[in-house]
Amino acid sequence: MLERINKAYKQIARANQTLGRRINVMEVCGTHTVSIFRAGLRDVLPDCLKLLSGPGCPVCVTDQGYIDAVLSLSERDDIIIATYGDMIRVPGRNGSLEQKTNKGNIKIISSAQDALNLAKQMPDKKILFVAVGFETTTPATAVLANEALNEGIKNLFIFSNHKLVIPAMEALLSEKNHRIDAFLCPGHVSVIIGSDAYKPIVEKFKRPCVVSGFEPMQIIIALSEICSQLADGTPAVASLYDAAVTPQGNKTAQKITNESFDIVDGYWRGLGKIAKSTLKLKEKFSSLDAEKQLGIQFIPEEDLSGCRCGEVLCGLIDPVECGLFANSCMPDTPVGPCMVSSEGACAAWYKYARRKRQN
Amino acid sequence: MASGEKILLAHGGGGRLTEELIRSIILPAFDNQILSGLTDSAELQIGKSSICFTTDSYVIKPIFFNGGDIGKLAVCGTINDLAVSGAKPLAISMALIIEEGLEIQTLQKIIASAAQAAKQQNISIVCGDTKVVEAGSADKIFINTSGIGLKMPQAKLGFGQISPGDTIIVSGTIGDHGMTVMSQREGIKFESSLKSDCAAVTEICTNLVEIFGDDIKFMRDPTRGGLAAALNDIAGQTSHGVEIYEEKIPVNPTVKAAAEMLGFDILNIANEGKIIAVVSARKAQSCLDLCRSLPIGRDAAIIGTIAKNAEPLVELITAVKGRRIVQTPYGRELPRIC
Repeated sequence: MLERINKAYKQIARANQTLGRRINVMEVCGTHTVSIFRAGLRDVLPDCLKLLSGPGCPVCVTDQGYIDAVLSLSERDDIIIATYGDMIRVPGRNGSLEQKTNKGNIKIISSAQDALNLAKQMPDKKILFVAVGFETTTPATAVLANEALNEGIKNLFIFSNHKLVIPAMEALLSEKNHRIDAFLCPGHVSVIIGSDAYKPIVEKFKRPCVVSGFEPMQIIIALSEICSQLADGTPAVASLYDAAVTPQGNKTAQKITNESFDIVDGYWRGLGKIAKSTLKLKEKFSSLDAEKQLGIQFIPEEDLSGCRCGEVLCGLIDPVECGLFANSCMPDTPVGPCMVSSEGACAAWYKYARRKRQN
Repeated sequence: MASGEKILLAHGGGGRLTEELIRSIILPAFDNQILSGLTDSAELQIGKSSICFTTDSYVIKPIFFNGGDIGKLAVCGTINDLAVSGAKPLAISMALIIEEGLEIQTLQKIIASAAQAAKQQNISIVCGDTKVVEAGSADKIFINTSGIGLKMPQAKLGFGQISPGDTIIVSGTIGDHGMTVMSQREGIKFESSLKSDCAAVTEICTNLVEIFGDDIKFMRDPTRGGLAAALNDIAGQTSHGVEIYEEKIPVNPTVKAAAEMLGFDILNIANEGKIIAVVSARKAQSCLDLCRSLPIGRDAAIIGTIAKNAEPLVELITAVKGRRIVQTPYGRELPRIC
């Protein structure tokens, strides 16, 4: 292990010398963020390598307007809201789902399939499935939509706000002031989209994209690869995740996703509107589409006052540099999206590295 | 707490919100020194004897899980609160709140299981109560148990006994109960290999206290909030730092995988048949050997120390030699997506 770490140190030092400044690597995925904090990796890495926490938590990037739209249905007695657990603490303009759970009509589920089961168990209720997530959860929603349509289920409604990772990465690199030298790319998303999906980023922006697993040593090895590319000036796509990541990805999952969703422009909390970044159900599923069937009003968010999540997500500042962090914005009273999920950059920072602020 | 606020599920999660609720509403109203200590059981002086007295309610879903059920849990949980207080459990009570419509057969199974758990520990269930509420007013069955135990004369336990340099022992793998229950609740099929550790810890506690006396400084069963909550309590109450080593903490690999899959930190996950013990460094190895000689403690390990010259925080030294702060969980653990 030590040998591996020393090897990584050498590559980091080499890249540092080539660039003549600190190296900024963005971990795109929230699971990486948590893994890095849990392992205390920031302590282990030299100061000349900075890890930026990117937008890779689907809950973090959920627009307030979307939450408000879901909340607006929570008062209706005929509706059961089926949601992934980490969504319930995400604040909209008028509170969060957690504050509404006392009516018993908000059910926490751990798979899209559970929403279908709820619909069958409660035929006299309308089940609203809060469909969020990146490429890893989208295929499950697609399967759900197809099954519900085939089985003629009439009381299941899907409110899709699925997001695509690549357009967000491109949007970050198109920011004038971004500080991103390379991306640490998420293993599980890459299993679906394939490592070739990062090729346009490497070609257009000349940034290394290295796919890594979530174990601390895997992350260290991936950082070593990134720094070696930066030192040699040879940005490329590399996959260090196990054999599960192929260049083309999971064709079956991609096919059902493509057949079920249209790609549209969408709002990302803190990042604003990103072109062709969000998935909406195709016309053939309109009988299941919550926006069409339940009269949902979806008004995109305005600025969150004082919240600098956008800059945190873009890698421009650390969470501690935001005035709200650990003051009015805490895990139990989150203002911005990055404090909400256990994977959010601010929540992870608060939980694992708060001492840095005290020093 | 502001008026108009409502109770959230997280208020019952055993984390910071639970503590806030107790400190702001319950303690000021009941205002007495015994309760204010917020120990696992209340110690009452009756004549020349010290009696430990404790109570706990059990509201678990599902009511049957691999390795136990709500009946066994209700008996073992209360026995354990007495045992970690250095008391030999004497007798317990059991009050049932049953939802209309529960199958009689289900109740029979639960009661038989509770009876068996009590018998194994040589404890009698000596009083009780039964209430039935209309369908929808409770979820199948809720159980409250209270228990009394005789404090062992050798027991010199308490936060005040803990000093820097002491050693922290955990009696076995962590997270088994919480991950078993959550996996079953989430319908994730780990059941065959995940099993709750639900068990009485009396044997391990009484042996430690009887043999090592005041070298045993403190014991706790890390239930809700897991190891993180218990260790933070030690740091908070003693104003000493706590250092634990990731590599030394025993975890069943399947439990670890399930926790990772659902996005949980294993340190926050509930245990129902484990203790942590803070012991003097000079007796640490002998205490560990004793734990390991008992079936329930065969996976026991020394996981850390009470730090010298440190802030009152719990710090984990990770496998890659990084350090991170372990905090009391906020409330309810939420499964996450992707």
